[in-house]
Amino acid sequence: MVVDTLEREKQTDRLFFALSDATRRDIVTKTLDRERSVSELGRMYPISLTAVQKHVEVLVNAGLVSKHRSGREQLVRGEVNQLRRAHELLDELETVWRARLERFEGVLNETTGKESE
Amino acid sequence: MTVWNVDKNAEAKTMVITAEFKTSITNVWQLWADPRLLERWWGPPGFPSTFEHHDLTPGGTITYFMSGPDGGERFDGTWNVIEVDAPTRLVVEDAIVEDDGTPSDGNSMTRMEIDIEAAGDTTRMILTTHFDSLEGMEQAIAMGVAEGMKACMSQINALLAEVAA
Repeated sequence: MVVDTLEREKQTDRLFFALSDATRRDIVTKTLDRERSVSELGRMYPISLTAVQKHVEVLVNAGLVSKHRSGREQLVRGEVNQLRRAHELLDELETVWRARLERFEGVLNETTGKESE
Repeated sequence: MTVWNVDKNAEAKTMVITAEFKTSITNVWQLWADPRLLERWWGPPGFPSTFEHHDLTPGGTITYFMSGPDGGERFDGTWNVIEVDAPTRLVVEDAIVEDDGTPSDGNSMTRMEIDIEAAGDTTRMILTTHFDSLEGMEQAIAMGVAEGMKACMSQINALLAEVAA
């Protein structure tokens, strides 16, 4: 149905918007490790608590985190599969290390080339 | 091809990379032991690293920073030296710190073990990186990528694929 398609497009827009900001991506990762209160997140970034609250709202709307109350605290929990996220991060890390090891070998060749002369 | 094997375990948040080089154990060790050599390969292109303090003894620390081409962005790193057995083994740990320099709660720690051994007429370097948290992994990636936007795009794509699934 047309309505469903529209709704899906809106959801995709919300996702893209939510993930377009580095602080919001960081909040997703931090709340995957464990639940964190909004005030705790507020202390992690050099921005106001209100700005952090706005980021969290954007992430909730996109379905990337959930929010629930525990006593007087608002707890935020990442809603992305943690194991898959770990897998993705390891893949990126492998890319980082492959490039680093290429540089490693480059320096190695230069230093050992010098010795053999 | 220098990279011989990569073993990733998402559950254990551990990656083991094995690389081989046609040179001696001592030469490979020097690239870790000599800060002037270390800084030539650690940082990504355009993000040169400077190792300010390099005390390669157990209990010692290694500190470095990397700065972008415009000097605007700066990353600081500190390794606590856990084990040193020159020229074959080095273990360092890297704690996540808050912006004010205090260790992050939960004591999230990244551990890097470097083992260097003879393999026939080549030298094998086995690099084991273990993370306590996803945050530590994010940080390690951020420190290793110059083109921040590229990494950022691949992260967005991965998250999108996951949420759409």
